[in-house]
Amino acid sequence: MSTGTAGPATLVTPEVLIVGGGPAGLTAARVLAGAHRRRVLVVERERQAGGIPRHCDHTGFGLRDLRRVLSGPSYAGRLVAAAEEAGAEIWDGATVTSWSAEHGAEVTTPRGLFTVRAGATVLATGARERSRPARMIPGDRPEGIYTTGLLQNLVHLHHGRVGEQAVILGAELVSWSAALTLRQAGCDVVAMVTAHERPESYSALTALGRRALRFPVISGHRVVRIIGRDRLEAVELENAATGRRRLQGCDTLVVTGDWVPDVELARSGGLDLDRVSRSPVVDSDLRTSVPGGFAAGNLIHPVDTADVAALDGRHVARPVLRWLDDPGAWPSPEGARVVARPPLRWISPGRVAAGAPPRSRHLSWVDRRIGVPVVTVTQDGRVLGRRRLMWPAAPGRVFRIPSDLFAAASPAGGDVVVEVDGRP
Amino acid sequence: MTPSVPTGRLPDRVDVTVIGAGVVGAAVARELSALDLEVAVVESRHDVGDATSKANTAILHTGFDATPGTLESALVSRGYGLLRAYAQVVGIPVEQTGAVLVAWTPEELAELPALERTAVANGYTESAMVGPDALYRDVPALGPGALGGLTVPGESLICSWTTALAFATEAVERGAHLRLGCRVEGMSRQVEHTVLHTTYGDLASRWVVNVAGLASDLVDGWFGYRRFTVTPRRGELLVYDKQARSLVDRIVLPVPTSRGKGVLVAPTVYGNVMLGPTADDRDDRDDTSTSETGLSFLLEKGATVLPALLDEEVTAAYAGLRAATEHKDYVIDVDASQRYAVVGGIRSTGLTASMAIAGHVTAALLDAGLDAARRRDLPGPPRMPNLGESFPRPYQRADLIATDGSYGRVVCFCERVTAGEIRDAFASTIPPTSLGGLRRRTRALNGRCQGFYCGAEVRRLFAAFQGGAGPSPATTEAR
Ligand SMILES: Cc1cc2nc3c(=O)[nH]c(=O)nc-3n(C[C@H](O)[C@H](O)[C@H](O)COP(=O)(O)OP(=O)(O)OC[C@H]3O[C@@H](n4cnc5c(N)ncnc54)[C@H](O)[C@@H]3O)c2cc1C
Ligand SMILES: Cc1cc2nc3c(=O)[nH]c(=O)nc-3n(C[C@H](O)[C@H](O)[C@H](O)COP(=O)(O)OP(=O)(O)OC[C@H]3O[C@@H](n4cnc5c(N)ncnc54)[C@H](O)[C@@H]3O)c2cc1C
Repeated sequence: MSTGTAGPATLVTPEVLIVGGGPAGLTAARVLAGAHRRRVLVVERERQAGGIPRHCDHTGFGLRDLRRVLSGPSYAGRLVAAAEEAGAEIWDGATVTSWSAEHGAEVTTPRGLFTVRAGATVLATGARERSRPARMIPGDRPEGIYTTGLLQNLVHLHHGRVGEQAVILGAELVSWSAALTLRQAGCDVVAMVTAHERPESYSALTALGRRALRFPVISGHRVVRIIGRDRLEAVELENAATGRRRLQGCDTLVVTGDWVPDVELARSGGLDLDRVSRSPVVDSDLRTSVPGGFAAGNLIHPVDTADVAALDGRHVARPVLRWLDDPGAWPSPEGARVVARPPLRWISPGRVAAGAPPRSRHLSWVDRRIGVPVVTVTQDGRVLGRRRLMWPAAPGRVFRIPSDLFAAASPAGGDVVVEVDGRP
Repeated sequence: MTPSVPTGRLPDRVDVTVIGAGVVGAAVARELSALDLEVAVVESRHDVGDATSKANTAILHTGFDATPGTLESALVSRGYGLLRAYAQVVGIPVEQTGAVLVAWTPEELAELPALERTAVANGYTESAMVGPDALYRDVPALGPGALGGLTVPGESLICSWTTALAFATEAVERGAHLRLGCRVEGMSRQVEHTVLHTTYGDLASRWVVNVAGLASDLVDGWFGYRRFTVTPRRGELLVYDKQARSLVDRIVLPVPTSRGKGVLVAPTVYGNVMLGPTADDRDDRDDTSTSETGLSFLLEKGATVLPALLDEEVTAAYAGLRAATEHKDYVIDVDASQRYAVVGGIRSTGLTASMAIAGHVTAALLDAGLDAARRRDLPGPPRMPNLGESFPRPYQRADLIATDGSYGRVVCFCERVTAGEIRDAFASTIPPTSLGGLRRRTRALNGRCQGFYCGAEVRRLFAAFQGGAGPSPATTEAR
């Protein structure tokens, strides 16, 4: 075995450690270092900070936080520059390999090993798409299968080539991002396939797919088999209603969406995790179950848009400052939980506390489409609020619930139950 | 002798040719190259250990459950000790976690005493019967309903990829000629030697050793034999996220049946948890696809044995093919008149037994008239890069990073593989020729994100280190 033992790591002690330099982490860093003059260290494992927008080479970023619409890479560039100008220190190419509130973070960099002990830590490690094996799609294991993340890294950052005929699995927003990338890479989309009865994203996009991009969106179908020994040759599709199967030829498959939060550190740090989404459970101040530990961005809601993640980062600054000034004041994690009932899959924040969460919205996920949803919030048998919302609840994108429905919830009471009904 | 380039030319004539560079073929080549012989190894795939030897459960078996009196029983128990010792020397990660065999029905419970006697008959005396209390104390996450068990403290985890590579590396460093991507397609016999017709031309060899795994019966047929038929028995496996590792700290076995060892749950040396394998007979010797029925069967088994595992994310799914035959034992034999040896039917224990098989067949070859003495000028054994989690890896080593910052540049985040390790793989005696080969040498791309974050960067490094020569990384098969 390799015999050398791990030598001593250099100790670093910022006031705030931010793990993950995506929109959430960078925005938190900008606010804490700038307006509030705190010593902030952002640790980012990629060679450049910026998070996922770095490789989303299309427009649609920044509306809610920067009040303008930018491409992913320029949005990422702006967030990095703003955090740096505000005085935050950003380490890129630095990977946090373990973290706990007690012992701090262990960081590997080309300059050596570091231990970072900070007064407060914000985990902003984001979310990724489930891979083909994680979705347990059986069959051969040929070249030509990508997640959107891998596809975009290959095409936009490395100018690599993919195939000629692609099937996209999923019809979420990110799936359309994949379609744009494939087009730029000179690869035709032959079909977009979703298990849902209706495509998950906005109907305008489905129409766009049909007309401008000229590919069909096949709903109510699953990919049940991968065929091709060396290079992908076809996928087998199954009609969920009839069980009928057919082959669809393609040399490229992009498995999109189906998000999992990157919780390795949150979990090893012993944070309470949501049973279903597996994200750290936070309250409206984005406080986790461990004193001094905060979480923001897609880590706590896999996934919403980048500007929403960024606004989490802005929101978390004030509770972080409060904690730095008065360590000791941390709510008991035993307080009332917010519980989502099917077809809601999860909801965040998942713990009841005074005050409103970012943008005064609870974020949730549904497994079935509801055109005109009616949301009911109850605690201990008492209805705290009920409202018909003007926007649909659709699988594949976050369903936002106004937080004033939760205003009357008591942290000392029982579980707060959230239900949604309505016509499909 | 200078090491030959694995993709370089073969000499026209050698003393011995080993057909197949799986873990067993590589072990045989390593053993033969310790003798005063010109040795060639020809492998149709583009890497060592790229067939069955890369897709197994990677357990170093004690042989407690073998059929007593068989050659397999003897070679597994001898191979266990040999490989354990060798692993220490060259740096193959081994973890002695021990195993516990669990009975879930009264019938299975009734079989435990006989299994314990079998273990003793196989020379293994460490096993003990345990009750449910001990089972649940040792594996608290075990599903409900376990009635009792048998412990096998010697069962260990090993890295099968490093093992095959270490053998082949040592063989090459001893001067063996390794030719990858070279398929033997037939042969003709001459008086002094056998001419092997390969995709890279003819190779005259005085002796031939057939270690062709799933094709070993076909090669055997060229020499006029009809003594066994390989029926590929597929084994599908699921690898779970490292975050599941705290659920189970040892190998959990079922009571074996006539079909094989059954579905186990075990940690891996890389820190994951494995569930599998299935066992179904197939016709196609190349079909390592996974199936709907196989995966759902595994989930069903997993739900009984370790229900909490099913809440975890799956990192990888793969399948391997056992070279099962109609015989209940290995087929190892030397034909002195044809100067030919067969090493076939090495079904489900070949990783463990590899070194003992190599010793056994080499002794048989010497008996049959292979004329060679042990060399005195052997180079020292290689040091393999550590892929195991229970030993320090470069990203954790301040000393290494201080001398070379590329060991601090993590490229594959999930598996924490650094740029330094990737570079080293390309500078090694047997460099990778595909992304799959790079995975097996470094673990890059093997983690939970399956390339979401690092896939493009790893491909870039691959292309850069290959320097535009060699094939492009077209094949990225999951392990
Ligand atoms: C293909 C695609 C298209 C999209 N299109 C749009 C769009 O048009 N408009 C829009 O608003 N949103 C879009 N989004 C969503 C948007 O990218 C995300 O909402 C946003 O990036 C989330 O920000 P975050 O900071 O939470 O996480 P991320 O951006 O994922 O950042 C997390 C960061 O943490 C780092 N990290 C993780 N673990 C560690 C560790 N252990 N050590 C150090 N660093 C670590 C990661 O490297 C990463 O840089 C898209 C997403 C995808 C995948
Ligand atoms: C699911 C599964 C689980 C297992 N678990 C374990 C375990 O836990 N422990 C254990 O000890 N064993 C285990 N085994 C068994 C072990 O993997 C095998 O016994 C071992 O890998 C066999 O090695 P081999 O070298 O004989 O065969 P292979 O690895 O198949 O090598 C044969 C090689 O010959 C080459 N070849 C064939 N024909 C030609 C030709 N004409 N010309 C050139 N080259 C040719 C092939 O390409 C191949 O690389 C398992 C097997 C499976 C399938």
